[in-house]
Amino acid sequence: MADLVTNPVLQLTGIRKSYGSGETESEILHGIDLRLERGEFSALIGPSGSGKSTLLNLIGLLDRPSGGQLFIDGQETGQLDDTGLTRLRGQRIGFVFQHHHLIPAFTALENVAMPLLVARGRPDADMFAQAGTLLDQVGLAERKQNLANQLSGGQQQRVAIARALAMSPSLVLADEPTGNLDTHSADDVFALLREVNTRLNTTFLIVTHDRRLAARCDRIIEMVDGDIVADTRHQAATN
Amino acid sequence: MKYWMPFEWIAAIRFLREGRMQSLLIIVGVGVGVAVIVFMSALLSGLQANLVKRTLSSQAHIVLLPPEEIARPQSPPAGIALRLQKQAQRLRSIDQWQQIQARLEGLPEIAAISPIAAGPAFVVRGDANKAITLLGIDPVRYSGVIALPERMVAGQLRIGAGEAVIGIELAKDLGADIGDKIRITTAGDATETFTVTGLFDLGNKGVNGRNVYVSLRSAQSLLDLVGGVSSIDISLHDIDEAERLASKIAAETGLTADSWIKTNAQFVTALTSQRVSSNVIRFFIGLSVAFGIASVLVVSVIQRAREIGILRAMGASQGQMLRIFLLQGGIVGFFGSLLGSGLAWLFLMLWRLMARNPDGTPMFIIGVDPWLVAIAAGGASLVGILSALLPARRAARLDPVVAIRG
Repeated sequence: MADLVTNPVLQLTGIRKSYGSGETESEILHGIDLRLERGEFSALIGPSGSGKSTLLNLIGLLDRPSGGQLFIDGQETGQLDDTGLTRLRGQRIGFVFQHHHLIPAFTALENVAMPLLVARGRPDADMFAQAGTLLDQVGLAERKQNLANQLSGGQQQRVAIARALAMSPSLVLADEPTGNLDTHSADDVFALLREVNTRLNTTFLIVTHDRRLAARCDRIIEMVDGDIVADTRHQAATN
Repeated sequence: MKYWMPFEWIAAIRFLREGRMQSLLIIVGVGVGVAVIVFMSALLSGLQANLVKRTLSSQAHIVLLPPEEIARPQSPPAGIALRLQKQAQRLRSIDQWQQIQARLEGLPEIAAISPIAAGPAFVVRGDANKAITLLGIDPVRYSGVIALPERMVAGQLRIGAGEAVIGIELAKDLGADIGDKIRITTAGDATETFTVTGLFDLGNKGVNGRNVYVSLRSAQSLLDLVGGVSSIDISLHDIDEAERLASKIAAETGLTADSWIKTNAQFVTALTSQRVSSNVIRFFIGLSVAFGIASVLVVSVIQRAREIGILRAMGASQGQMLRIFLLQGGIVGFFGSLLGSGLAWLFLMLWRLMARNPDGTPMFIIGVDPWLVAIAAGGASLVGILSALLPARRAARLDPVVAIRG
């Protein structure tokens, strides 16, 4: 566990990403350097097309950079094959998406246990106990046996957050986690993310359009046209 | 959620249950295909078994005859062309038939052996005069080859001295019945009078009008074959072995051995081509079932792209995604085959009710072989998995980024 203590959760050096080739090649990210320390609660903001989502996909190991190096918990990821990336992603990274993305064929409890099930291959009592505890923590103790589409938007997003935490990841990536919710639910979900961050010291990187929410984070990273143009840390005057 | 079940099985079953309508439709589709295959196979094997049985009711599986007599010329003097006339084949006995019979009895493939003294003769009764085949048999042995006792329609199979059993057709021609006397004359002018003790119907008009069974001894003396037999009839446990065994016996004994397969070459060819054409039909039904499964799964992969992406983001490997969709194909195939076997069984029951002989007995007996059901289930599951191969690869290779955004 030494590397978990000494290494940053995430380190990017000179990350580039381009699509197409030859004449039609276009570079979306022009050499990003970024470091996220353990327990940081950061917002990634920027206009549409600035490369936020592309960067998030790279950090989430869903896509590969065209150049540069990407370390998760100190582990270099450039040499890993698809299986290796998949395993690392499953163990170290949790995702929260704008559109909840629960699997409708399963109950809330099963959705939360899903990352554990995928990793272990077979269900067991322990993973459901863990999933149950997580659902208790996000305030959905009463909804465990509901199918995903029997829950409200805010509730689904809470389930998604519980699911993202199931593997006790080092880093949770949230892509517009409140974008699809009304202001009240959005505040609740944001508060929940903050609470998890404080309690478990989990690192968060939240992509958002909402400057009001971004202002409540510890650090604001701003991107324009594939470059980081501002990176400000402050003690959030929130809560 | 069942604890013993692997993740892939759980996901495959949940996905199928969620897309209830789709799953049901394709299972019914597979079921209909399997039902036709099972029904057709059962019908065909029943029909063929019945045809073969009828054909063999008046025939031995293998008939051993003395080797053909060939004229062997002395070496002709130089300068003289030789013209050889083919020799006429006279009726003669198989050399040392007792030893041959004893040897054949040692072969495990053989069910029954019956030495026969047979030859042409005339039967006379009053003004009626008919050419017949006179067969001298040992009734017990002969019954092992041809089920004569079951085919008796009047009297009994009793051929002591001066007793004969004739076919119903001959009886009609001669106007003879049980207890009547008939006189049999052979080409060698030997004559003997017999009492008719039984009438048989072997289901073949020619045989019913021609065969006259008497004791081996009577036939031997009438045909001038004293102590000899003109042929040995053999029945086998497995009729498909006839050709192989016939060649073997011919090679070992030097006798001519004719198997029923050779004697009924056209009939056997007809059966074979029937089987081939039914295999072709089965193959294409299987193919269309496979395409049905594949197309439903392709649609399902597209519909579930987002869920596939999510599972991949959660750490599900390409292999796991592949297996989830392969399993769906296999499960659809398996349940489709169970449904299909049930349907086929129903069809066969209906067939049994409807297809009847004029006398009300079932036309021929066909049943669903449990093996056929097991093979259909295994085969359909395999076809399901194979047809899921393409959609499953597509699911496995789906780019999670695109899938989640979509």
